[in-house]
Amino acid sequence: MVYLIRFQLREDYSNLIFYLSPLVAVALTLFFGSFIFLILDLSPIESFKIFFISPISNSYGFSELFVKATPLAIIALGLSYCFKNNIYNIGAEGQLTMGAIFGGGIGLLFNDSTSVFLLPLMILFGAIGGAFWATIPAILKTKFNTNEILTSLMLTYVALFILDYFVVGPWKDPAGFGLPKSMPFPDAGRLPVLFDGLRVHIGVYFAIIICFITYIVYNKTLFGFKLKVSGLSSKASQYAGFKHKNLIFYTFIISGACAGLAGLFEVSGPIGLLYRDISPNYGFTAIIVAFLGRLNPIGIILSSLLIALTYLGAEDAQLFLKIPSAVGFVFQGLVLFFLLGTDFLNKYRVFIK
Amino acid sequence: MSIELIIGILNIVLISTTPLVFAGIGELVTEKSGILNLGLEGLMLVGAVTGFITLVLTGNYFYSLFLSITSGVILSGIFAFLVLNLMTNQIATGLALTIFGIGLSAMLGKKFAGTPIDGLNPYYFIVISFLLVFLVGYFLSKTKSGLIIRAVGENHNSAYALGYNVIKTRYLTIIFGGVMSSIAGYYISICYAPMWQEGMTAGRGWIALALVVFATWKPWRLLVGAYIFGGVAIMQMNLQAFGVELPGQFFNMMPYIATLIVLVFISSNKVRLKLSAPSCLNIPYEKNS
Repeated sequence: MVYLIRFQLREDYSNLIFYLSPLVAVALTLFFGSFIFLILDLSPIESFKIFFISPISNSYGFSELFVKATPLAIIALGLSYCFKNNIYNIGAEGQLTMGAIFGGGIGLLFNDSTSVFLLPLMILFGAIGGAFWATIPAILKTKFNTNEILTSLMLTYVALFILDYFVVGPWKDPAGFGLPKSMPFPDAGRLPVLFDGLRVHIGVYFAIIICFITYIVYNKTLFGFKLKVSGLSSKASQYAGFKHKNLIFYTFIISGACAGLAGLFEVSGPIGLLYRDISPNYGFTAIIVAFLGRLNPIGIILSSLLIALTYLGAEDAQLFLKIPSAVGFVFQGLVLFFLLGTDFLNKYRVFIK
Repeated sequence: MSIELIIGILNIVLISTTPLVFAGIGELVTEKSGILNLGLEGLMLVGAVTGFITLVLTGNYFYSLFLSITSGVILSGIFAFLVLNLMTNQIATGLALTIFGIGLSAMLGKKFAGTPIDGLNPYYFIVISFLLVFLVGYFLSKTKSGLIIRAVGENHNSAYALGYNVIKTRYLTIIFGGVMSSIAGYYISICYAPMWQEGMTAGRGWIALALVVFATWKPWRLLVGAYIFGGVAIMQMNLQAFGVELPGQFFNMMPYIATLIVLVFISSNKVRLKLSAPSCLNIPYEKNS
C-alpha cells in the first residue's frame, strides 16, 4: 500500500492551529528529548523530573525561574515589535550588552553615591544604551538600505568586545586580584529584590508592565495597526501612506531599549557588577521566546517561563545527572526547530491518501 | 623583528585561517543560491566533536573525517528540509541550528574533553583549501551548474520558469555549505588544536559569515579576506612584538567593523548591490501549486 501525503494551501486561517502549534512543538521536543536521555543511558522519566520539575519544587527555584524569565520576556517583548514589522533585529545580545555598559557605567561613575536617584538613572541609561546600539542598524537600514540581519549581528560582537575592553581595562577593579571584572555597584545602584534571601527582583514588574503596554499597543493603537499592516505587506502599508522608515526606526529603538533594560537589570540585579559573561545568550534565546510566544505579549510571558525552565533544568541536570548544562541549548534548539516545522500546518492542509 | 619571527607569524596565520576559508567558501556557495544559513557555528562544533570522538574510538583518520562530514550532511539536510520544504524562516532556523549544535556538541563531547590525540598535519588541509577556492571560483563562473546556482540565487521564479529545479539546487548548495563547515570544525579539533573543548570554535562561524559579506560573495576576495581577518587575529595576540599600544579588543572587532563598512558601501548603491549580493538572499521561495 502506498501512502501519499499531499498538501493544499489553506484558504481559511486557523487560529486554533496557530496557538496550538507551540504546544505541539513542546510535546515533540519532550518526545525527542527522551531519546537523547535514553542514548545517554539515563531514565527519561527521572531525567525529566530533574529537568522540569525539581528546579521549581521550592521557593528558591521559583524565584530563579523568574530571575531567568525576566530578561528573556523583556527582550522578547521588545523584539516582537521588530518581528511584527518583518524587521529582523537579531542583535539583541549586543543591545543588552550596551545597556549593561551604559547603565553599569553610571553605577561605577557614582560608586560612592547613596542617592535614591542612582538606580533610576542607571535604568534610564541602560535603556538609552540599548536603544543607541539599535539605532545604528536602523540608520544603516533606512539611509543605506543595508541588511539589518547582518548589521545587527555584527554589532553584537563589537559590543561584546567593547565590554571586554572596559572590564579588563579602565573599569577593572583595582582590588579584584587582576580578574576581568569591575568593582561592585554601590547598594543604591542595586535592583531591590522582592523577597529577602531570594534573587527575584523588581524587573518582574517591568516585564509585566511592558507586556501590558505591548498588549494595548498591538490591539488598541494606530501604531500597532501600522506595524501589523506593514508586516503583512510593506507595499500595502506604503500605499496607505504609512512611513515605513519611521516604523523601522521606532521598532528598532523599542526593541533596543528593552534589551538594554534587560542588560542593566542583569548587572544591577543578580550579578551586581560588570564582567565578561553577563548574559548566557539571553539576546539570542529571546528570539526563540518571541517566536514560541507567537509575537503575542501574553504568549511571550508564558514562553519565557518555559525557556527559563530549560536554563534551570540544565543546571540541575549538570549537578545531578552529570551531563553538561549545554543540554539546555539542545532543548531550545529542538523546540525552535519543531515550532518552525509545525508552522507549516498553519499554511497548508495535509492529506494522507 | 627578525626574519624567523616574521616567518613564524606567517606560518601561524596560515594554520589558523584555514577553517575560515573552508566555512566561508561553503557559506558563499549556499548564499549564492539565495539561502542564508546562520547555523555555521553549530555545524562546525558538531563536525569537530564527531570527528574527534570517532578518532579517539577508532584511531582512524579516514573514518573520523567521514563521520564529521556525515554530521554536516545530516544537520544541513535538516536545515534544508525545514527551509525548503516547510518554508520556515531562514534566520530563525539557522539560529536554531547554531543553538542546537552548541548544545549537542557539548553533550556528546563531555566524556572526551581533554583526551590527547595525535593531530593530523594541517598542511594537507591548507593546500586543499586553496584548491577549493580555485575550484569553486571556476565552478561558479565558468560551468553551467554554477550558472544555474547563481540564477536560482538571483531570481528563483525565473529560474523555475526556465525549467531549473530550485529546491534541488538549494538542497545541494546547503549540504555543500554544511559539509564545508564540518570540515572546518574537523580541522580545528584534529589539526589545529588538536583536542576537544566545549565551544572550541570560539565564534569562527560568525566570522566566516561576516567574511562572505566582506568578500562581496566573490571566492577570490574571500580568500584574501580570510587571510586579512586571520592575520588581524594573530596580530592581536602578538601586539608587543609589533610595538602596538592599542588594546587587543579593537583588533578583535576589526573583522566585524570592516564587514559593516563593506556592507554599507555595497548597499548604498542599487547597481553595486545588484552586482554583489544575490538578489534572492533570504527571500522565501514558494512553488506555485
